[in-house]
Amino acid sequence: MTASKQAETQTKTPHRWGERVIETIIRISGVSTIVIVGLIFLFLLKEGLPTFLDIPLRQLFGRRWYPIEALYGILPLLVGSLLVTIGAVIIAVPLGLIVAIYLGEFAPTWLREILKPLIEILAGIPSIVLGFLGWVILAPLIQDMGAPTGLTAFTGSLILAYMALPTIISISEDALYAVPKEYRDGALAIGATQWQTIWRVVLPAARSGLVIAVMLGVGRAIGETMAVLMVTGNAANIPEPGPGMFFQPVRTMTATIAAEMGEVAQGSLHYNTLFGIGIILFLITFAINSIASRIVGVQGNRRRGGQL
Amino acid sequence: MSRQQSNRLAKAIITIVSAMVIIPIVFVILFVVYNGIGALSWEFLTAPPTNGMREGGIGPALLGTVILTFVVAIVAMPFGIAAAIYLAEYAKDNRLTRWVRLAIVNLAGIPSVVYGLFGLGVFVLFLGFGTSIIAGGLTLGLMTLPVVISTSEEAILAVPQHFRTVSLSLGATKWQTIRHQVLPHALPGILTGVILGLGRAAGETAPILFTVAAFYLPELPKSIFDQTMALPYHLYVISTQVPGMPLTIQYGTALVLLLIVLSFTLIATLVRTNMRRRREW
Amino acid sequence: MTTLFAACGDGAERQTGASDSGEPERAIQNKGSDTLVNLALAWVEEYRVVDPSVSIAVTGGGSGTGIASLINGTVDVANASRKMKDKEIEAAQENGVEPIEFTVAIDALAVVVNLENPVNELSIDQLSDIYTGRITNWKGVGGNDAPIILLSRETNSGTHVYFLEEVVRKGEKKNNDIFAPQTLLMPSSVGITSEVRRNVNSIGYDGFGYVDPHHEKMIAVAKDDQSPYIMPSVASGSDGSYPISRDLYMYTAGVPTDVIAEYLDWVMGPEGQKIVAELGFVPLPKE
Repeated sequence: MTASKQAETQTKTPHRWGERVIETIIRISGVSTIVIVGLIFLFLLKEGLPTFLDIPLRQLFGRRWYPIEALYGILPLLVGSLLVTIGAVIIAVPLGLIVAIYLGEFAPTWLREILKPLIEILAGIPSIVLGFLGWVILAPLIQDMGAPTGLTAFTGSLILAYMALPTIISISEDALYAVPKEYRDGALAIGATQWQTIWRVVLPAARSGLVIAVMLGVGRAIGETMAVLMVTGNAANIPEPGPGMFFQPVRTMTATIAAEMGEVAQGSLHYNTLFGIGIILFLITFAINSIASRIVGVQGNRRRGGQL
Repeated sequence: MSRQQSNRLAKAIITIVSAMVIIPIVFVILFVVYNGIGALSWEFLTAPPTNGMREGGIGPALLGTVILTFVVAIVAMPFGIAAAIYLAEYAKDNRLTRWVRLAIVNLAGIPSVVYGLFGLGVFVLFLGFGTSIIAGGLTLGLMTLPVVISTSEEAILAVPQHFRTVSLSLGATKWQTIRHQVLPHALPGILTGVILGLGRAAGETAPILFTVAAFYLPELPKSIFDQTMALPYHLYVISTQVPGMPLTIQYGTALVLLLIVLSFTLIATLVRTNMRRRREW
Repeated sequence: MTTLFAACGDGAERQTGASDSGEPERAIQNKGSDTLVNLALAWVEEYRVVDPSVSIAVTGGGSGTGIASLINGTVDVANASRKMKDKEIEAAQENGVEPIEFTVAIDALAVVVNLENPVNELSIDQLSDIYTGRITNWKGVGGNDAPIILLSRETNSGTHVYFLEEVVRKGEKKNNDIFAPQTLLMPSSVGITSEVRRNVNSIGYDGFGYVDPHHEKMIAVAKDDQSPYIMPSVASGSDGSYPISRDLYMYTAGVPTDVIAEYLDWVMGPEGQKIVAELGFVPLPKE
């Protein structure tokens, strides 16, 4: 330590001063991320607070969203987002898990080398392209299959599922990979088949990783805009409960903002309510991400230089 | 059913289901290529749309996306890399750091439309930039920031400790070490992350909906305070708002967008593979 | 690089080589009604030939969007398929913007159904019942036994507001009916016609200029039980016999001068109105 200290004091002063500046800039950059998040939230709050102050809660949680007649019931929007998200998670999580198991346990190496980039490509496809394809191909298909219209919550869920799939596959893969080899070896050694090993030993051990996969999938699905804007029909309606629920048109919170954002005069109550919806979205994703990262933080270790 | 049988059954089901999931992906990409390739030509990529956008090309939208991506790079790169250096090299393991990490995780999770809302409120209206490249670029840049920070931090952390210790023991200061030893070796990893982030930004629609995108503006923007067309928004518009729009052009536009994003991914992967091959540890 | 992009539209041969120094110095921001957007686009395309020194940016988003931008001071000319409300005019004035209204075309609003739908004519009363959800099955108006899928524009659309006031509320001032909650709000006129084309049970409304009779069927509308059922057309929109026909407007921030005044004069003049007719709208009555 002394050697470097000696060396340090021997460096030229202007050099040192310039470094100070740079290091300060670096520190500021780092800390300003907190400032940015805070700013975003505060701005949303500033513009969105009147929603919660000026509109009586009974009305705010009413069943009709029709802003031009001052009806600001956000319930149909919440239900819309919820339905589409639940549908997406129900589809994507089991499928993603199965693909992760296939990739991790059964797939030959050459196939894995093809499939992994393919999944990364899927992750990169812009949501507008998937929304476009949903509008042009999927919606007519679903209508042909007997739905009253192809623009439904299910259509949205299907597309969202595909968008969330790469995340879920990758996290599931990590979770499965993290299960120590000894667990597998032990099970196989006492005569379990591969499937028994997976089902009884590996999956339960990877449980918390899978929970994170679900949470991040939910976060991804709830925040998606363009794809649902194009295929869910945008009807601010609460469908009749029952399995047919998913085949009704709905209107998500994100699509509402995107569709109505341009119409609003700055400062009007409608403007405020859109920011109010933005606050809700922010808080939901904040909660999901904070919880998920706490689970990871408890388990994960910081990797440092070369060691894994 | 014996254990062997259920084992085989499970494997079969898993394989079949995986195929059922993967094959549509391939199919979808091929479908877009098949239907869109007919529209592609140099003319298509450079000419403006004509005849109510039913003919002509996507030139202004393509250029707009290129310009926006540039602005995002300028906004997100210096800021993001600096923040990554902070996290990797300077931050101590205390509450402040935990909050910084939490902030980044949350920035990454904010829905793109909420970024658009923020961009509209702050850049377009409050700061008075109007719908402009600077407003759109800043909004997209903010959105890309967390990706740049995370991947850059990973790249910096991946540089082995001994580079640092050797440099410090030879008398270099901390910053000198970072600048001359750590950063150059982390650069390919950082670049990979930046390129991937830019690829994502190029494909986003919601943040640019009300901060910069124009429905029809064939003239080139002359300053960062001008509006511009942009490819993702153009695809949205021609597929939902123009009567009699030929499907070939719609698919062609989707294909171009796909190719742009894919080439970003490809370049990033190439950088990463190259780095893996050449790295000195 | 600029050379390649300094192209003009209208399918003219693109010049390679030295670009003209026609860097547009005068710019107009034009935003608003989706009903008007394709008309606005056609005008702009033609006007670039008339006066290449002017650059006009056209954006849709709905009448509400255009008017909001006018109020916010971020647009020069707002397109609207409905009149500005008193509240909006006040808000604009508070912001220092004095909206000036110009009627630029007339539009017959067509009610459209799928080609295979047997229903041909509906009265305004029936349309109101359908769109408020009082009638939910086609057999209630003499059609098939099938659910009615309601299609509408978004709430920021002037067409939506017009339809609300004149059809859903039948033009009655005291009427407070609104669209049924299960109404699908499509992002644009094209969204409506696309869905109508492929959905046998759907019903929607669109500007007459957006309808392609080869792909969608227009409904003859009667003002009430005693009136005749009239099909929308340029003629019936022009002579007022078609009950749901409306003016299309352009609003400027303050009295237009210079570039904007020239453009508006051209739009309302013979050349601009010729394009109106070409696109299926009703030209302004000749003085």
